[in-house]
Amino acid sequence: MNTRTEVRLWAAQRISAMVLGVCVFVHLITIMVAMRGGLSAAEILERTQGNWAWFVFYVVFVAAVVVHAPIGLRTIIEEWLGWRGTWLDILLVVLAAALGLWGLRAVWAVFA
Amino acid sequence: MSDFLTVRVWRGDEQGGFQTFEVPRLESQTVLDVVSHIQRQLDPTLAYRFACRVGMCGSCAMTVNGKARWTCRTHVAKVAADGNLELAPLAHLPVVRDLVTDMSAFFDKWARARGQFHPTATRKDPFARIRPDSAQRINADAGIECIGCGVCYASCDVVQWRPDYLGPAALNRAWTLVNDERDGAQAERLRAVAGDAGCHACHTHLSCTERCPKHISPTAGIAGLKRAAMKAALRGDL
Repeated sequence: MNTRTEVRLWAAQRISAMVLGVCVFVHLITIMVAMRGGLSAAEILERTQGNWAWFVFYVVFVAAVVVHAPIGLRTIIEEWLGWRGTWLDILLVVLAAALGLWGLRAVWAVFA
Repeated sequence: MSDFLTVRVWRGDEQGGFQTFEVPRLESQTVLDVVSHIQRQLDPTLAYRFACRVGMCGSCAMTVNGKARWTCRTHVAKVAADGNLELAPLAHLPVVRDLVTDMSAFFDKWARARGQFHPTATRKDPFARIRPDSAQRINADAGIECIGCGVCYASCDVVQWRPDYLGPAALNRAWTLVNDERDGAQAERLRAVAGDAGCHACHTHLSCTERCPKHISPTAGIAGLKRAAMKAALRGDL
């Protein structure tokens, strides 16, 4: 992979980390608030179903994970296992697609 | 203060081992004094390097009780309060013999990081006027006093994990030149230092900054290189 792409990936990972920082904070606060007085599926769905604000929030959250996790994992694999090259990149694109698919499926499940 | 130091010194090459010497303890004694005493009084076959003895030349760095240090400016009282010293060659470099390492890889990486100044003017041009209080001049000043001792390189975990990593000293040198507005190889230099064997491999462990005897922060320079490379990549200049 050429240097320019490497550096752009690095920038994408840093920017997605900033987005994740905000998303994780909001997510944790939501958990704390939602847990008060017990937790039920009905209560969660009541909050999320048809609510566009939560839908957009969690789509952004999933998008940030899709960008962030595979790039970080790529660096860890390169450093720890010494794997690099096109096959590793393909593997991580597949991982990114899987994370996106699973994440959006979950978001849709609590929205629709 | 006891009258003698017990000094374990690395002998041989990579497959060598420690040899123990008893060295008289003196007031204001430096670690280099101890090594010189061993070589002059106890065993003239001991190999080690030094030149200036005053912290300018960067020749005498060794591993002292597990940490890389410049030995000419390291007082025994500071590092061996209990009277025990263990001296080994710098880590992450091939051992030539005893306390001497082959520093070729270290300096080759300075060249790979485009550590050379590329002039843009001739002797017929007027002098460049650089304001002492300009941000670039201040950045260059912060890193310019490097003496090339290799302490940061020997202290860096990433150098240990990835032998192709350029290392803190070479990247610090590149950062001083990135901030030199007279230099004409900026794009090439950023290409040379960006990527997974360059500044982006740094994990910000700060060992280089912690150990640098000149109190330089290569970590700050590496962060600066990351910012400069990102801007260049986003502009399409990289």
